[in-house]
Amino acid sequence: MGSRGSHAARIPDADSIRRETGFSQASLLRLYHRFRALDRNKKGYLSRVDLQQIGALAVNPLGDRIIDSFFPDGNLRVDFPGFVRVLAHFRPVDEDDSSMRDPKEPEPLNSRMNKLRFAFQLYDLDRDGKISRHEMLQVLRLMVGVQVTEEQLESIADRTVQEADEDGDGAVSFLEFTKSLEKMDIEQKMSIRILK
Amino acid sequence: MLRAALPLLGLPLAGAAATEEPTREPGSPGEPPPGLALFRWQWHEVEAPYLVALWILVASLAKIVFHLSRKVTSLVPESCLLILLGLVLGGIVLAVAKKAEYQLEPGTFFLFLLPPIVLDSGYFMPSRLFFDNLGAILTYAVVGTLWNAFTTGAALWGLQQAGFVAPRVQASFLDFLLFGSLISAVDPVAVLAVFEEVHVNDTLFIIVFGESLLNDAVTVVLYKVCNSFVEMGSANVQAADYLKGVASLFVVSLGGAAVGLVFAFLLALTTRFTKRVRIIEPLLVFLLAYAAYLTAEMASLSAILAVTMCGLGCKKYVEANISHKSRTAVKYTMKTLASCAETVIFMLLGISAVDSSKWAWDSGLVLGTLFFILFFRALGVVLQTWVLNQFRLVPLDKIDQVVMSYGGLRGAVAFALVILLDRTKVPAKDYFVATTIVVVFFTVIVQGLTIKPLVKWLKVKRSEHHKPTLNQELHEHTFDHILAAVEDVVGHHGYHYWRDRWEQFDKKYLSQLLMRRSAYRIRDQIWDVYYRLNIRDAISFVDQGGHILSSTGLTLPSMPSRNSVAETSVTNLLRESGSGACLDLQVIDTVRSGRDREDAVMHHLLCGGLYKPRRRYKASCSRHFISEDAQERQDKEVFQQNMKRRLESFKSTKHNICFTKSKPRPRKTGRKKNGLANTEATNGKPPRDLGFQDTAAVILTVESEEEEESDSSETEKEDDEGIIFVARATNEVLQEGKVSGSLEVCPSPRIIPPSPTCAEKELPWKSGQGDLAVYVSSETTKIVPVDMQAGWNQSISSLESLASPPCTQAPTMTRLPPCPLATEEAQPFHLPYDPRPSFAFPPSLAKAGRSRSESSADIPQQQELQPLMGHEDRTRLSPRTANSHWCIQFNKGGRL
Repeated sequence: MGSRGSHAARIPDADSIRRETGFSQASLLRLYHRFRALDRNKKGYLSRVDLQQIGALAVNPLGDRIIDSFFPDGNLRVDFPGFVRVLAHFRPVDEDDSSMRDPKEPEPLNSRMNKLRFAFQLYDLDRDGKISRHEMLQVLRLMVGVQVTEEQLESIADRTVQEADEDGDGAVSFLEFTKSLEKMDIEQKMSIRILK
Repeated sequence: MLRAALPLLGLPLAGAAATEEPTREPGSPGEPPPGLALFRWQWHEVEAPYLVALWILVASLAKIVFHLSRKVTSLVPESCLLILLGLVLGGIVLAVAKKAEYQLEPGTFFLFLLPPIVLDSGYFMPSRLFFDNLGAILTYAVVGTLWNAFTTGAALWGLQQAGFVAPRVQASFLDFLLFGSLISAVDPVAVLAVFEEVHVNDTLFIIVFGESLLNDAVTVVLYKVCNSFVEMGSANVQAADYLKGVASLFVVSLGGAAVGLVFAFLLALTTRFTKRVRIIEPLLVFLLAYAAYLTAEMASLSAILAVTMCGLGCKKYVEANISHKSRTAVKYTMKTLASCAETVIFMLLGISAVDSSKWAWDSGLVLGTLFFILFFRALGVVLQTWVLNQFRLVPLDKIDQVVMSYGGLRGAVAFALVILLDRTKVPAKDYFVATTIVVVFFTVIVQGLTIKPLVKWLKVKRSEHHKPTLNQELHEHTFDHILAAVEDVVGHHGYHYWRDRWEQFDKKYLSQLLMRRSAYRIRDQIWDVYYRLNIRDAISFVDQGGHILSSTGLTLPSMPSRNSVAETSVTNLLRESGSGACLDLQVIDTVRSGRDREDAVMHHLLCGGLYKPRRRYKASCSRHFISEDAQERQDKEVFQQNMKRRLESFKSTKHNICFTKSKPRPRKTGRKKNGLANTEATNGKPPRDLGFQDTAAVILTVESEEEEESDSSETEKEDDEGIIFVARATNEVLQEGKVSGSLEVCPSPRIIPPSPTCAEKELPWKSGQGDLAVYVSSETTKIVPVDMQAGWNQSISSLESLASPPCTQAPTMTRLPPCPLATEEAQPFHLPYDPRPSFAFPPSLAKAGRSRSESSADIPQQQELQPLMGHEDRTRLSPRTANSHWCIQFNKGGRL
């Protein structure tokens, strides 16, 4: 702790953030720089507009939703800890993470479940804990592009929902969502290497 | 080359030729042989291709023999067996011909045997996986190969200096480097042959295999550079040459890749315009890929890299552009060629080893090389992996490293390269040849044999194949986008960022340019998965009960698609035939027509509204589906032909009509029965209905009984009335067929004359209703020309689709026919039933659908969607049967 560099010293609450997110000193520092770079007016927080400025995000079909995920509960601004907390979902999973961790503590942000939850809430717009057919359709519309007609999209949405839907309520709950992705290596697919 | 001299295998033949020729020869010297020779033996003219064919045949037969015993092939890789077989054959050749023949010639190998294998592997390379691991693959391919070459070469030289290699092996340091460069490269053919049977996890496989493909550039460069250095003599090599050597590494590899990509582009672009000449599509793929190979070879670039990149680059667009049939053709031809080449390579490798004149043994060199290639391979892998793991999201663990080290098989490339050495420049060539042979044999046989148990023992993560699900596909895309977005937010332009970029570029420009519009429109991965899932469902449905269903009067799910494909939309046809038919004939009761219409409406509703997407898709790329089922296609063709013939005869012979009149009856009855079966299944007894789909066999019997009960009385009667002369016999046949409840029904219609088909098809109920043969026939004559002619003329396929509508409705109508009078009375009776079916559909189907889905797919609950599918199946089921029946009938008719 005492060894942290002068840059890191400027990060407010660096230790608690690190404890919560598990980021390394270097990543945290990098993120902090990024955060300040995004924060145009040096206001100490990011607004939606700040993130929307990122060029590539605008063309990302899920860009808006991902930006939204930085602003939970209708907040209009996100501070650095909040910013890091979201990004912490994408930290690669270390083997020693689980062994070191105290069982009492909540799951780390980069656990499989939390990664999945992050993805899930991108679908679940109304936050009712279920991906309805309508929500699925919206996502599909974003993803599939213009070549496929609306009707086709609808049938894909139907099929997708039914595929995952186990209790027959016509919507995909989080549990069903995780089940449908059971065989996928989420830890790998939802991690970015540099976010150690 | 293969053609070398007279055959070993051809020996018997040659012997025959020898005996034959002398007798002929005397005639020929006398120049123009006086008479026409009745028999002439011209072995020499066909010798070369004959021998090639023979060798391939031998190799293929050997393959068949190996695979007779599953136990052997599960334990021993095929490549080992082939090499051993080659050894045996080589021994025979040697014994018989007293000289070694049919060896693996570098020319043959590089120009003919290698390209198909590389193309196959490049074309079918899982590109996503490949690019996901590109960093690791490149590292191993470039750094690893360089490392192997230099360390092995240097170590061998050290061995020689230390006196472990006999002094008769005259080799300088450069010679050893040259040898190291050719022996160090992991061989794609050997790796593929062994790893394809081992089934390690995808990442591991792609790394080892990708390395073996990409290291070709390095090997070629190293080999060429060392070779030219050796030829120049080490004294003359200047610093600039070393620099050139390094530069040529880039030129050869990047140049090769560029050539491949250019040809991939050309290939994709070409296939965009082959819509009207589908037949040459597969050829184009092979031609251009081969052209890429030869071009690269010509420019002394890395040909393997060129073909790999060509296959890798063009696949996406080519697959989208070419027809489904062509795709299958490409796939199988490619696999066949590759497997053929591989087989021949290994066999020839075995044969070549027998030729002792080519090699000279030195234990020190051989053992030293064996040890060094294993040791340095392992060391190199460990070192590189350690570095790589600093950058890899998923580190390669120790077990992976063991497999990678152990999977470094050497193969025919090394052998061909060592054969190419110039003995005058490399005095130790013979020793190198022997060593290479031993190394190749050791790696392929010993390592090939043991790698499977090793993988098992180490519990290497195996590749797991699970069916793709829509959810997975969709979510995977989501994840990709999320990661790309997060990289944006983090401000790190990493892999995901660039992939995203590339995909956008591809979507915006490349795909637009290289895919034909129709293909581009439907080319979406999610959509693709959806489509494939549907097809799978359909196929499994057919597998389960489609057969039986079809015989009882229902169609396969695939059927509708085909109809719609024809572009004469089913709905339209339905509408035409449905409403039009009713209007045509006042004979038909309003009630009936109303019911009819209801049916039609229901049908429209179901197949139009509910399941449109699938149908649509098919409409856009129709042929995809057709080729699915050979049987079906056959049926269709038969049907079409007969229809044509029929139409012709119908047109020409109007006088036939009277004949027709009498005859149509029996067929009608048969049809009616079918229709009945159908109606009963669908309408009368919904509960049965659901069972119908899940356990076809059981219910089949029930139905047949049912038919018998209800039908027999009715139909019998009907038959009596309607059928004039021919009927009796047929009737019985029919009845029997009925009872058995299977296709036997079809044969009965034998008696049928040409014309009625159309009419019946279009207005089955009319005939039924009219019950009078006269009616039917007259209608037929009337209607066919008017109503159907257009359809006929349009296309044969449209004909087929025409056939469908009536059938869907046939059930309802046909039931009535029995006796005209009785029908009238019966009608009200029947009516109540009819509405029911339509309403009853969903639940029953839901169940059926679910049962199907349960067995076919793993998703237990698909009530909503499946029913629809089931429904469609159901509604469109009839056409199929109709078709099958018709075919047969027409057949007979035509004969008549």
